[in-house]
Amino acid sequence: HLATSLPLPSERDHLRPRIDLVVFMIDIKSKYSLKNVETSLAHVDARFFLGKVCFLVTGVGRVNACSIETNAVCKLGETYCSPVLFCELELEGVRAATAQRLVRMLAICAGHIPGVSALSFVSLMRKSDDD
Amino acid sequence: EKADPQKTAFLLRKAWTLYSVTPMYGFRRARLRDYARLLGAFIAAEKHKGLAVEVGVELDIKVALSSLADIRGSELDQAALLVQLSSRSQGSSRNSEDKPVWWGWFCSVFGDELSENVPEHFTCLPLFLSHGAESYTALVGSWFQKTFDCCFRRLAISPLNLSWMVAMWAGCKLDRAASAVELVFSVPRLAQPLDISYAIHPEDAKALWDTVQKTPGEITQEEVDVFMDCLYAHFHRHFKIHLSAAKLVKVSTAIASAHCDGIVKILHSQYLPGVLMLLTELAISQIQ
Repeated sequence: HLATSLPLPSERDHLRPRIDLVVFMIDIKSKYSLKNVETSLAHVDARFFLGKVCFLVTGVGRVNACSIETNAVCKLGETYCSPVLFCELELEGVRAATAQRLVRMLAICAGHIPGVSALSFVSLMRKSDDD
Repeated sequence: EKADPQKTAFLLRKAWTLYSVTPMYGFRRARLRDYARLLGAFIAAEKHKGLAVEVGVELDIKVALSSLADIRGSELDQAALLVQLSSRSQGSSRNSEDKPVWWGWFCSVFGDELSENVPEHFTCLPLFLSHGAESYTALVGSWFQKTFDCCFRRLAISPLNLSWMVAMWAGCKLDRAASAVELVFSVPRLAQPLDISYAIHPEDAKALWDTVQKTPGEITQEEVDVFMDCLYAHFHRHFKIHLSAAKLVKVSTAIASAHCDGIVKILHSQYLPGVLMLLTELAISQIQ
């Protein structure tokens, strides 16, 4: 399900399936997208930040078109205890690899992988980031 | 630290194309006359090969290399190096003057980060600025690359860096009436490309920056963000357009103007060192 911002319209609440993972997409070329994500974060229930939220930064292939500081996004990830993934959607290989990563994360968040919970997975990712 | 305004007047009000240059090997300041002769011979030879630069009158290109001693930041910086190409058309009277057709200069203003870590025999002048025909830039560039084993790369300026520049320059104190602070945005993903030009009265821009900046002489990313957010919010209030979603491509102030393709124009001699220091930093981060 795609949405340009949160909160989701309440009219369709009863029709909506369970949400297992929220991916916030930030376009490094658009300051507006970061601001939009920051305001939308306020509408997310705290329980989601136990491994069911991730930030996806797109457009990182073009260093010269940066409107956002990478530090700002990494700090956002730290503040909300959620992983930050970087990708370039215009490169087919990277796009496919990122999609696979997200699907794997989704499978874990939905409880389809026995023995791995969303929370344990996220702390695993954080540990490898520090290394 | 202040450059002599007379000597550097020719640097002002010209559109300079920016490049980053890796450290040059084996460059000796004492041999400038030799280098000028060699470069001149190289250009003549390339023209002979049929890589003619300008069609029409047969032009004799004269090369002059000189040092601009005043253009440097600290003692660690090398003095700037100026390359000037002039033409004297053949067959004209003996008293014909040389007409400058191309300028290029290498400089380093507080480029300590690079020069501190460089081995012996290397000269660090990471910022290169050129004005004139692109074909001459290519000739001069390829001679320097071959002779000193260095590498030239076009220096692009990201929207992030452009917003630093406009915040810094809009906040500068100017004695006489200043021109408007202008930001040009390009709107992505439209069938017809759309440019938005946002002009702000220089006094308003300076007043805004003064309320944002906490420590004079110091600028933080947060302060630049607040400054830009105020400008975006103001624009959105009036036109319902989120400029923060567009790409900032050019900024203009009374001090200087800069375009994301890596083209700058410096308008005020007093702030020349400050502008060059910022550009040197950009050039160094592209090299590293």
